[in-house]
Order: sequence, then C-alpha cells, then structure tokens
Amino acid sequence: MPMTLVEKILANKVGHDVRPGQLVMTPVDQVFAHDLSGPLAISQLRSLGFKGFKHPDKVRFFIDHASPSSTVASANEHKTIREFASEWGVELVDVGEGICHQVMMEKYVRPGEIIIGGDSHTCMGGVLGALATGMGSTDVAIAMYLSRTWLRVPDTMRFVINGRTPHGVYSKDVMLHIIGRIGAGGATYRSMEFVGSTIAEWPVPERSTLPNMAVEAGAKCGLCPSDARTLEYLTRQGRGKDFTPLSGDLDAPCNFEMKVDASALEPQIALPHNVDLVVGVTDPKVRNVRIHQIYLGTCTNGRIEDFRVAAGVLKGNKIAKGTRLVATPASRQVYLQGMKEGLWTAIVEAGGLVNSPGCGACPGVQTGILGSGENCLSTMNRNFKGRMGNPEAFIYLGSPATCAASALAGVITDPREVVR
Amino acid sequence: MTPADSANTPGRAWIFGDNVSTDLIFPGRYVHLLSNMPELVGHTLEDARTDYAPNVKPGDFVVAGENFGMGSSREQAPVIIKLSGARAVLAKSFARIFFRNAINIGLAAIEVDTTGIKDGDTLTIDLEGGVLKDQASDIERRFEPLPPIMTEILRDGGLIEHIKKHGDINL
Repeated sequence: MPMTLVEKILANKVGHDVRPGQLVMTPVDQVFAHDLSGPLAISQLRSLGFKGFKHPDKVRFFIDHASPSSTVASANEHKTIREFASEWGVELVDVGEGICHQVMMEKYVRPGEIIIGGDSHTCMGGVLGALATGMGSTDVAIAMYLSRTWLRVPDTMRFVINGRTPHGVYSKDVMLHIIGRIGAGGATYRSMEFVGSTIAEWPVPERSTLPNMAVEAGAKCGLCPSDARTLEYLTRQGRGKDFTPLSGDLDAPCNFEMKVDASALEPQIALPHNVDLVVGVTDPKVRNVRIHQIYLGTCTNGRIEDFRVAAGVLKGNKIAKGTRLVATPASRQVYLQGMKEGLWTAIVEAGGLVNSPGCGACPGVQTGILGSGENCLSTMNRNFKGRMGNPEAFIYLGSPATCAASALAGVITDPREVVR
Repeated sequence: MTPADSANTPGRAWIFGDNVSTDLIFPGRYVHLLSNMPELVGHTLEDARTDYAPNVKPGDFVVAGENFGMGSSREQAPVIIKLSGARAVLAKSFARIFFRNAINIGLAAIEVDTTGIKDGDTLTIDLEGGVLKDQASDIERRFEPLPPIMTEILRDGGLIEHIKKHGDINL
C-alpha cells in the first residue's frame, strides 16, 4: 500500500500499518530539552523519584536560549541542567555550541528516526527525513524516561514545489508564501511533506527553513525526503554512514495537495504580529517601512549559507544611520566557518555586530530586545507580539538577503538588485 | 477538585480571539519569574487582555477562537492559566503542543464551537458528557469528549500523577 513519508516512519517504528487519526504508542530514538524547557522536565523526573534513564544515550540537554546566561536566574537554571546531566550520565551541549535544532541537524538526526524535543521548532529535524516534533517539558520528561511516547498519526499535506527560485529568492520566501496561503493554523496536527524539483535541487541547509517553520502553520512535523542531497550533506558532516534513502510515495492518498511555482515568487515579508500576514516585498504595505533593528540568525536562517548571502550584500557598504544589525550564528560550526571566510569581518566593517552562537535575540530574553514602537526585520521564524521581549515593538520577517539589503537602506528593501 | 467533580459548576466566560500565542499567554520577558509562580500567574494572558489576570475567579473559563496556544512549547503557558483559576479552555481549535501540555498538566482543553458566547456570560460545562450551556446567549452545544487516555490523565490530575499511579502510559 502506498504511504506518505510520516506514515512510513511511524509504521516502521510501531511494527504495523498505521492510518491517519489513529493513536499509537511509538518508541523514540532521541529526546532533548534546552535551558527553558529542561529545568521543568528535570523537576518532573525528580518528582517521580526516578534515579536514572534506561537509555541515557538517547537523551541530550542543550543550553542555547539564554546563552551565555543573562541573569542570575538563568545562570542557576543552567547549573541545574549541568548537575543533572552529570548525575544522570547524559550528554550536555553547553553554551557556545549553538541552537539545539542546528546542532541536531549537524550531528545527530538520522533519516527515519522519531525525535522528541522540548521546543516547538524541533520539527526542523524533518529536513533529514526524521519525524521530529516539539512537545512540552512533561511530555519530554516522560519520553526521556520511557523512551517512547504516544502520537496521533497525522494527516499529510503534500506541497509540490517546482521550478528554480529567481535570483534573490530563497527557501525562506517559499515557506513564508506557503504559510501566507494556508494560514497560521492551516496545518494543525498535520504533517507537511515537501516534494518536487525545487526540493530535489536544494541542498539540505537551504531545505531546512521549510520544516523549521512547519510549526508556524501548526504542523506536527515537516518532512523532506532523504535522498542524494541528504547523503551529500551527511557525508560532508562526516556521517555518511547515517544515511538511508527514504521518501513518501507520491501516489499515497492524502487529502491536501498544493502546487507552488517557485520560479514565480518574489521576496516575501511577514507583517506584525502573525506569520501568516505575508506580502511580496514590493507590496505598498511594506514600502518605506523604517527598520530600527535587523536580526540575522536563529534556527531558521542562521547557517553559513545565510551569512554568505548577507555578508555578500553588506561587504564594502555601510549600514544605514539609525539602523543597527545584530548577527548570531546558529552553531559553533557556522561561527568557525564564518571566521575562516571573513564573513564576520564584512558584517562588522559594515557597522553590524556579531554575537556568540545560540538563539540570541529571538526568544526576547537577551542581546537585542526591542524598544517600544521600534520595528525589527528578522530572519527568524515568528513575529508574535512580545516575541523579542517587548509587546510594544513590531517584528517583520524576511530572508537573509532582504534583511541585509534593508540594513543598508534603513527601510524594507527588495534584495534583488543588490544580491551578488 | 477534578473536572469530573465540578461538572456543572457555573463559571464566567473570558473571551479571547483567534491565534492566541504562548507569547501572549506567558510573555518571554517574565521568564525570570519561573521560580516565582505566584507573581508569574499575575501576568497570565497579560498581552492579550490586561483585565483577565487581576479579575479571574476560580472556576471561570477561557473562551477563544481558532488555534489557541500557537507557537512555543513552553508548558508554563497552560500551567499559569490553570493556576490563575480557569477550569478549562474552550476553543474552536488548539495548537497541538499547547493541547498536549494542557492535558499533561491537568487543564481541560475542550474543542467546541465558541461562536456567539459573549464576554461575561455564565457557562456550565459537562466535560465528560460533552455539553456546553450558555443561558445568557441561549446556547447549548455538544462536543466530542476527550479520548479515554486523556480523560484518565486529567482525572489523575496530570501526566506526572498518572505515571505515579500507573507507572506507565498505555493507550
């Protein structure tokens, strides 16, 4: 029987056929939490009186959100996590290593796995053909302990993306366009499966923005096939042995299919305060919108490829007076590579600043909180009221190219003329 | 008090719109209050409407539109709604992580058509029987009760209490 990708992954794990809507108990391959979701998971585990994990090798803690610590409270939460990881013998990915989702992609996620993370953007792991999904601290704690969880088998929504994106248009623009079309709740409980010639052509890092933002449409997971591009990426990361080919059957029944012509898109912008308020960059709604802060980074667009694009625009130019630019690489690997390529030099010479790897300004607890009435244009994934720490501020979302071009002009700007 | 005990106790409706994010329920700027729950609860839903937290009474209901609880996986979002006194959240639809979190921490999350319910209306709800009544607006609606495993987790007071009692989860 033909099956969608999520059905294949689940059927393989539970050992029998599955159908959408069914509740299943499934083994999980990896479970993680970070410094905001971890402390509560730890206190839940302790309150149960447990003394250790049956499978400590499947469990991991990251310190990435308030990283390095921004307050005494966060410093103490970090301490709680470090002590717990040491006591229970699980891996700690400490400050400076980067954002959990980026590090999971670089080092740990394998095609076909089921991964539970204490963060909504865990769905990014779907870029490597894994069923990765976010849950809260208590679910994560129990999944860490039992090495299994319950899931409702999701319906699949198939997105067939064909065509070559025009110069200056990226996967971020494609995903904003899709969310604008289906809405912030358009994929609730469902699996978004991305297929088509555009996906086949894109390398894994470019693909990753799509599954990363699946949760912004409410999805349980976002999945790309595990194919030649996946092998290429895993091999480059020194883990070619982790590769297995895996894709959904295109003739599998699914009650939603959307075609996207990537070649017909212009750069996209999401307006405050919802990710589904999406317009093209040439729309009058964003013309001459003054930008006080540009934020380059996050799990959505904090990769080396993103900074190459941004630095290419900024190099040899100056950021507009009255606009500040904060850049935060998503991982140590990105940070080191950017150093070797001189990307940080280009950004700093243009008038920007570069922070250490982590979530940076996105969760609104540090390093780039906005002032009241200020506008920010960011490469991040969500622009909810209050997201960057101030409910009186306004967040616009766009690609790294759009952000860099807008940094130079000080207003929202079409990147197509300045991208090299 | 478990949801079953208080099946028909009336409570006030607090109306919210569509797409209420976890950033609106629990603003990230209060993350430093995580170890000070009583103060944190005073900010519940503050960025959605400022009159909720100071005035909500035990047994009231949070009533919303589509996609309630979208966004971050922060479990403190349903926790502070529960601690604020609300007996349940009624919404046309929920974001899935919020939904799981609510059940896991013992807050009833009920998917029901909330159209026509007005702010301040007095509601009576039979959670396990699946009936919502709003006399002021002359509304009586049936809804699909939660699957048995979730009803059981709610009855036990959340997933941790459920595991303490049963040692495991079984569908």
